[in-house]
Amino acid sequence: MSLSRTMLFAAAASFVMLGAANAEEGPVRIGVMSDMSGLYADLSGPGSVEAAQMAIEDFGGELFGHPIEVVQADHQNRADLASTVAREWFDDDGVDAIFDVPNSSAALAVQELAREREKFFFISGAATSRLSGDSCSPTGVHWMYDTYSLANGTGRALVAEGADTWFFLTADYAFGHSLEEDTGAVVEGAGGEVMGAVRHPLDTQDFSSYLLQAQASGAEIIGLANAGTDTTNSIRQAAEFGIVEAGQRLAGLLLFITDVHALGLDTAQDLVLTTGFYWDRDDQTRDFAARFEERMGMRPTMIHAGVYSSALHFFKALEEAGTKEADAVMQQVRDIPVDLFGEEAMVREDGRMVHDMYLVRVKSPDESEGDWDYYEILRTIPGDEAFRPMEEGDCPHLTN
Amino acid sequence: MLFDLLGVPPQALFAQLLLGLINGSFYALLSLGLALIFGMLNIINFAHGALYMMGAFVAWMMLHYLGIPFWPALILSPIIVAAFGMVLERTMLARLYHLDHLYGLLLTFGLALLIEGLFRQLYGVSGRVYPTPDILRGGQNLGFMFLPNYRAFVVVAALVVCFGVWYFIERTRIGSYLRAGTENPELLQAFGVNVPRMITLTYGLGVALAAFTGVLAAPIYQVHPLMGFHIIIIVFAVVVVGGLGSMLGAIVTGLMLGVVEGFTRLFYPEASATVIFIIMAIVLLLRPQGLFGRR
Repeated sequence: MSLSRTMLFAAAASFVMLGAANAEEGPVRIGVMSDMSGLYADLSGPGSVEAAQMAIEDFGGELFGHPIEVVQADHQNRADLASTVAREWFDDDGVDAIFDVPNSSAALAVQELAREREKFFFISGAATSRLSGDSCSPTGVHWMYDTYSLANGTGRALVAEGADTWFFLTADYAFGHSLEEDTGAVVEGAGGEVMGAVRHPLDTQDFSSYLLQAQASGAEIIGLANAGTDTTNSIRQAAEFGIVEAGQRLAGLLLFITDVHALGLDTAQDLVLTTGFYWDRDDQTRDFAARFEERMGMRPTMIHAGVYSSALHFFKALEEAGTKEADAVMQQVRDIPVDLFGEEAMVREDGRMVHDMYLVRVKSPDESEGDWDYYEILRTIPGDEAFRPMEEGDCPHLTN
Repeated sequence: MLFDLLGVPPQALFAQLLLGLINGSFYALLSLGLALIFGMLNIINFAHGALYMMGAFVAWMMLHYLGIPFWPALILSPIIVAAFGMVLERTMLARLYHLDHLYGLLLTFGLALLIEGLFRQLYGVSGRVYPTPDILRGGQNLGFMFLPNYRAFVVVAALVVCFGVWYFIERTRIGSYLRAGTENPELLQAFGVNVPRMITLTYGLGVALAAFTGVLAAPIYQVHPLMGFHIIIIVFAVVVVGGLGSMLGAIVTGLMLGVVEGFTRLFYPEASATVIFIIMAIVLLLRPQGLFGRR
């Protein structure tokens, strides 16, 4: 009797406290930062803002009694600008969480700032595995994919097929370096050999010089450690210079469905790639893709799907925590199972969201039944195998 | 012996030389148009890159919506874009001739942003594929490299057009009117030449060159709204190095810097995006009028 009364009291007290916390919290404001008009604008960009908007609507539009607000900014692929915007958002504009941020250099800058300010950062756009490794943050969550899982998926699959000499064509910034390093490690770990690499500036038009160097290396596989139009231009020009006909194979280490769309199936067919999301996987993904296409006129990339699902997860965690206080919210972010379009996933201590990845092959024009019917799923890579084990990442806040 | 010193096989050097010439021919064509417009109109045409992009897009639209193939598009697209350019010149640029250079630069810069923004809005940034014309598919094995037929065609077409334009301006009667128009328009007008119309046509010619280059570029690069934005800065550097307003300078410098860029990609690829600007800085320090400029 007395016990239950105490419990009732405690429950009432915590309810009052929760209510008080709720009333004190201002409106939840999220910021989507991306490359809104440059080479990554189609695979992330305005589509990511729309995806965040969809997440807000699907959540019900409100938290703590206020409408959820979304702001957006263009970082123009500049780390300095990304950092300036993030500072303004956190310090002056009351932004609680930043989403997306393609371009690893920009994301690394935002990660530092979010850590300092104890604000949340849900990364869907940037790839470097350092974001859950030596640059991890207690408030940073790396959501959809990373260079390790790409390397592991595509690299391992190709070496297993017997392609064991590699040459890299690498975008000369944090992302390209990470992808080259991670893939090189996978290749060498599986008994292959890395014969060299050439680094090109971000956003290059003409790849012929680099391609000829890759050709001269004699490697069986030319690994493209770049993204966006850099990758599509490399693939097109490799075809032009007869590199594939002469017997070398290309491995697009980071290819988005928008890239395949831009290349056309004639050029892209039979490329093998790793992705964290494919719209045509099941009814739930198809439903999301159809709603997205209605708004954006295109099917979502894995980044768009990532922004949507990470925003929903963040709102759930806030609601459960009943506060914006960083530790409490992050506890919920890790405790609540992630609902990734019906697939259950989880967020690790180091900020890595672990879920299944897909090894896919690009269909030939004959196999494809229409626009955006591009992938055949070769293999589902279980999350534990796809992502780097936590203890190998050297994430500082875990060891300290 | 020399090759051993450089640590690179001669094949690689020849290949980069050839690739440099190919890229250089794009620079040459574009900087020729810029030099022509600057020389005759005194306008620094910042919209040149956007018009180059339009040339590629108009060709793509012709193929995509109307089924018009590459060869007619190579002629038609420059004509259409030139007409568009001449409307711009008549309605806007013509009002600025008596003002400082800066106004023309600002106006054309604004136009470039508008045009590029419009295409970006309509087509996104991933770009569109323009197939290589059938007759130029495949390539030749030169021993030291595989040369795609289309790229060989680009060099030849660029050289022919560059020489043609240079000959037209420097060696024909109409060309002499054009040159006279820049020296003393009032006097030329007094001789009964319609100078404003001549200026409009000159701008049209410069724009047509940009659009022609755009069509040439379409099968090599993705046709995409930012393609002009990428190249225009380099082309400005080419014009500065060559000497403002010097047509021969624009052609030779364009080819030369293409080759320098190619070698940089071989020896120190990280610097390939900056090497042209380093050269520009050095030329501005030592010879401010440019390599071929007269002062």
